[in-house]
Amino acid sequence: MERMSFDLAQVTLRELNSFLHKEAPAKGVHQVVVANPDGAHNIAVGLDCPVDVEVHGHAGYYAGGMNKTGTVTIFGSAGTGVAENMMSGRVHVKGFASNGAGASMHGGLLVIDGDAGLRCGISLKGGDIVVGGSVGSFSAFMAQAGRMVVCGNAGDALGDSLYEAVLYVRGSIKSLGADAQIEPMTEADYATVKELLDAAGMQHDPHDFKRVASARSLYHWNADADQEY
Amino acid sequence: MSSNEHPAKPVVKEESFGYDRKTIDYIRNAAAHGLYEIRGMGAKRALPNFDDLVFLGASLSRYPLEGYREKCSTKTVLGTRFATKPIELEIPITIAGMSFGSLSANVKEALGRAASEVGTSTTTGDGGMTQEERQSSKTLVYQCLPSRYGFNPDDVRRADAIEMVIGQGAKPGGGGMLLGQKVSPRVAAMRTLPAGIDQRSACRHPDWTGPDDLAIKIHEMRELTDWEKPIYVKVGATRTFNDVKLAVHSGADVVVVDGMQGGTAATQTCFIEHVGIPTLAALRQAVDALEDLNMKGKVQLIVSGGIRSGPDVAKALAMGADAVSIGQGVLIALGCNHDSYWQDGAHHDATTDYAALGTAPGYCHHCHTGKCPVGITTQDAVLEQRLTPEVGARHLKNYLKTLNMELTTIARACGKQNVHHLEPEDLVALTIEAAAMARVPLAGTAWIPGVTGC
Repeated sequence: MERMSFDLAQVTLRELNSFLHKEAPAKGVHQVVVANPDGAHNIAVGLDCPVDVEVHGHAGYYAGGMNKTGTVTIFGSAGTGVAENMMSGRVHVKGFASNGAGASMHGGLLVIDGDAGLRCGISLKGGDIVVGGSVGSFSAFMAQAGRMVVCGNAGDALGDSLYEAVLYVRGSIKSLGADAQIEPMTEADYATVKELLDAAGMQHDPHDFKRVASARSLYHWNADADQEY
Repeated sequence: MSSNEHPAKPVVKEESFGYDRKTIDYIRNAAAHGLYEIRGMGAKRALPNFDDLVFLGASLSRYPLEGYREKCSTKTVLGTRFATKPIELEIPITIAGMSFGSLSANVKEALGRAASEVGTSTTTGDGGMTQEERQSSKTLVYQCLPSRYGFNPDDVRRADAIEMVIGQGAKPGGGGMLLGQKVSPRVAAMRTLPAGIDQRSACRHPDWTGPDDLAIKIHEMRELTDWEKPIYVKVGATRTFNDVKLAVHSGADVVVVDGMQGGTAATQTCFIEHVGIPTLAALRQAVDALEDLNMKGKVQLIVSGGIRSGPDVAKALAMGADAVSIGQGVLIALGCNHDSYWQDGAHHDATTDYAALGTAPGYCHHCHTGKCPVGITTQDAVLEQRLTPEVGARHLKNYLKTLNMELTTIARACGKQNVHHLEPEDLVALTIEAAAMARVPLAGTAWIPGVTGC
């Protein structure tokens, strides 16, 4: 049994996730196809084996949440918190993603072909996010580590309170958040952008991207700054 | 007669009530440094608390149980609403969430050992789960905090329950704070941050924003754990009646309400003393909310924030809590604010180390500095040796046993074979404030301010 199909119009989400947690690793199932997701929340959360899950339709909140070593491809759009807290593996949204995409991700690769909503990559702790379209406001808020590539534009307050994460933006940035700054691209940055675009299957010239990183002026709180950053 | 014969020497120096020495000190400090004060512990001001309530022991109208002989159950089950593996505890007294980072690894291990020996649970904190605490704790509650530092699915699966932390009593509306001196390389690595920087945790969760979102988030945790583990929701006490209702709406198995006496390792003093409501008031509102939803007994309630003694536990249970959680009292049992520490078979005086922090045993709230003179709230390699897991666990076990014995003593006196049978009717208040907040009659009267006429 290498391939299994679940029609969420016929079986419950619980049956699907239970299969993915228990039977899939035990029986060595490599591919699971989910039909009629109809925006169900929490599809394929907590994967802990190298299974390939295809979701044919739109997913609700937290699709592929806390993924470890699995691959989730959504042939549709994803709701809030897609791939939140992913540890490793890959989540690919063929459509658009809502708010908090890749929130607090520790590892792995999140690819969003379309646009992402507010707070994409918030609290990022590692791993990579590549967005084919634009990201909404407050993206990469308090992002600690990891990399994010935005092929379109970024909204307001990009990278507010950034720690060590690095952001690359091709289009316009409506405004930078507190302590975020645009920095010169180095050869290593061009190579990074190319590597991530290749991994995501997107084609752009790395030379079109800007680098955004932390000025690190908020690492120690300074009363004399009068809370104006 | 000259006016010098009776010189008008004032015999009383009048200190201003509004501008007392404490206030003058505060203004001088603000003027000198332009900085607010950050400190540890919870609210220090006088608040209506459990000391303002007393029990009506059995007499002619009630029948007591023999002091320590007759059986009085303290077993406590948490998470019976949805979880297939509820938490079963021997005593209704749990260890509150305190982070590795704020506490040393030795302390986390001591908490686990003592809790396991007496049959109760410990709780992780901001920064994730350490191997030491997982190995030493039979029952470990894993917190999911706004920062998500170190949060990962393996630890979710390793935990016995998950606690979604919305806020804490010392700072409802604020995130955690760990100043650079405590962000050691190990702490930094667990939190994916550079070592030595001031670490200010997020105050909002990154992937949900309100109670309807939280319901989906909790559903995610249930799916992830195959519906086995209880999910707690912890709130700092503010609009407790509404917050508890929303936590129940979100699908919590257990609601944890932390009052303003609840401790912290580092928060602005203005936050600690001026934001939030007392535990006594919050507990009454929480129980009201559960009763209003007909969820009493289905969703369990844990109350924390200034629970210190067996009588405190008994009063909390009588008012309607299923269990209590203790942080500060536990640290004091380990030696917090003690004038000496035990190392290499001897007591060592710690008063000069307190003095170096500008304080003294009994007054210390300098957890935020990481220079705890008794080795508890520190990441310093030398200081942390002042409390070994063995010594800490022994003292904490004694403390928890004492609380439990006091609890059953009171329950028996009230004629209860089970501490969970204590009820509000067993209590009266000594002050009008406590009567109003706890909604029990003022002793010797039938008066509950705001409820019954005088």
